[in-house]
Amino acid sequence: MLRYLLSRLLRAALTIVAVVTFAFVVLRLSGDPALLIMSVDAPPEAIDAFRAAWGLDRPLWEQYLRYFLQVAQGNLGQSMRDGRPALTVVLERVPETLALTLPAFATKLLIGIPAGVYAALNRNRLADRLTMVLSVAGFTVPSFVLALLLVLIFAVNLGWLPSGGAESWRHAILPVITLGLSGAAILARFTRSAMLEVLGQPYIRAASAKGLPWRRVITDHALPNAAIPTVTIIGFMVGSLVAGAVVVESVFSWPGVGRLLVVAVANRDLAIVQTILLLVAFTMVCANLVVDMLYGWIDPRLRTARTQGA
Amino acid sequence: MTPPDTATGVLQNAAAEPARGAVARFLDSWPPAVLAALAWIGGMVFVALFADSLAPYPYTALDLRARLSPPVFIGGDWRHILGSDELGRDVLSRLIVSIRMSVLIAFGATVISAVLGTSLGLLAAHFRGRIEQVVLALVDFQASMPFLIIALSVLAFFGNALPLFIALMGFHGWERYARIARGLTIAANEQGYANAVRQLGAGAARIYGLHVLPNIASTLIVTMTLTFPEIILLESGLSFLGLGVQPPMTSLGNMVGYGREYITRAPWIMLSPATAIVLTTLSISLVGDWLRDRLDPTLR
Repeated sequence: MLRYLLSRLLRAALTIVAVVTFAFVVLRLSGDPALLIMSVDAPPEAIDAFRAAWGLDRPLWEQYLRYFLQVAQGNLGQSMRDGRPALTVVLERVPETLALTLPAFATKLLIGIPAGVYAALNRNRLADRLTMVLSVAGFTVPSFVLALLLVLIFAVNLGWLPSGGAESWRHAILPVITLGLSGAAILARFTRSAMLEVLGQPYIRAASAKGLPWRRVITDHALPNAAIPTVTIIGFMVGSLVAGAVVVESVFSWPGVGRLLVVAVANRDLAIVQTILLLVAFTMVCANLVVDMLYGWIDPRLRTARTQGA
Repeated sequence: MTPPDTATGVLQNAAAEPARGAVARFLDSWPPAVLAALAWIGGMVFVALFADSLAPYPYTALDLRARLSPPVFIGGDWRHILGSDELGRDVLSRLIVSIRMSVLIAFGATVISAVLGTSLGLLAAHFRGRIEQVVLALVDFQASMPFLIIALSVLAFFGNALPLFIALMGFHGWERYARIARGLTIAANEQGYANAVRQLGAGAARIYGLHVLPNIASTLIVTMTLTFPEIILLESGLSFLGLGVQPPMTSLGNMVGYGREYITRAPWIMLSPATAIVLTTLSISLVGDWLRDRLDPTLR
């Protein structure tokens, strides 16, 4: 178990290093930010001063090392637009995004898992077919189309809800529904196939043959085993809590991390983009670690078995 | 009326039975939904190939006297069958050109992703050791980051040339091909046939190209049907945000993004490309599921 955890931790650290390197390489080699931020006809001294101020006149490896040290210290530079620390600017937006993604996450779990289990238990009946049709629709309809359809129906035609902005909780309803429905569809499909897989196993037949009521076969044997693959996908959803709403936030003019990212990318605000990239990587890596530990807890086989290739 | 000759009756029954059975069997292996999906995909490919001859107008042509005219089925006229936009550009013509752009990008990116991922997977399986560790680390990295975030950072900082955009989309999903190709190739290398060819003195290129690859191709094709719709969704999402395909070129996502501004006055600008996106991704997913059931018992 210790060995398992250590190898996971090492992988997590490697991923973080890879993301930092990736961010640095992509964002620094792609063009001269000085010329992009300043106007083309700015005086050369001003451009030089700008470069010196941002460390852009140093050799690349030095910029890289400096960047790495700064990241390690939590110093992610300043937003090139308003000069405030990038980390502050980004962290300010996190609660706004969580205000959408946490309720959406709850929606996904509350709809997706019961729907998937129910569909698996009623395989090939009407309820199962219906769930599967809805779930296919849920992940083939892009989120921006779903969002715009909801706006068209509930904001434009019925006038029940606002179409954008973040003044009150009513503004959050449509974005949460958009995020929740598509996630629930994926989760339902996943849960269903995990359940079907488990229900076909001999130990289910054995439990049922020894006279255990069907309800207890499900709760004591089927559900815990089906939870193992489902936890993976839930872990991925936890990891995307911070930046999983890029498109939806943009559609609904919601002032969260996703919208900040789109604006920063359009403005070529290096520090902000890097910070968001690292923040997302960090959340993903943490979520994956938690999932790996959950595996160890849910699935006793992993505690004893040596890690394999994975 | 003479009683029917029993032998003929049996023969007739025998003749009728396979006939009914044939239809049922045909529908069993070709469900109507899959046929419809295949037809839609065929239609999309046809539109993409012959976009120039199919579009009634050039997609940038303005018709300022017919701005925001509604589609023909809600009171428009036949000059603009699917209506026109704020500048009087024909929605049908733009839709056709957009379909070509989106199909081109998705197709190009899927091929890049499949070739890249499969090659890396084969390399990992052939050399094992350190090279395999590097490939697996790259796979882990790719799989642990939401691709939209990576794509967004790369795109805005490298600009938006179309070939670059396609190449970037080609990095979506390569890790799945790599994982599958590596796993299946390692398994194949331990099976008799790869060893037999090796004993006969065949080189690595021959073993992998002519023997291993054909044996693992069906799984890889099923994976393609999974990544293709995802790439369409990714491309249209980025274009919708204004960060993908750049005007004056147009893709399905661009059209939806543009139509969003007119959602109250002219919802048809947005609805027709949105429908095209949904039906295309839906069709490919249906065909993919069906192919998976037919070709690949291991993925079921």
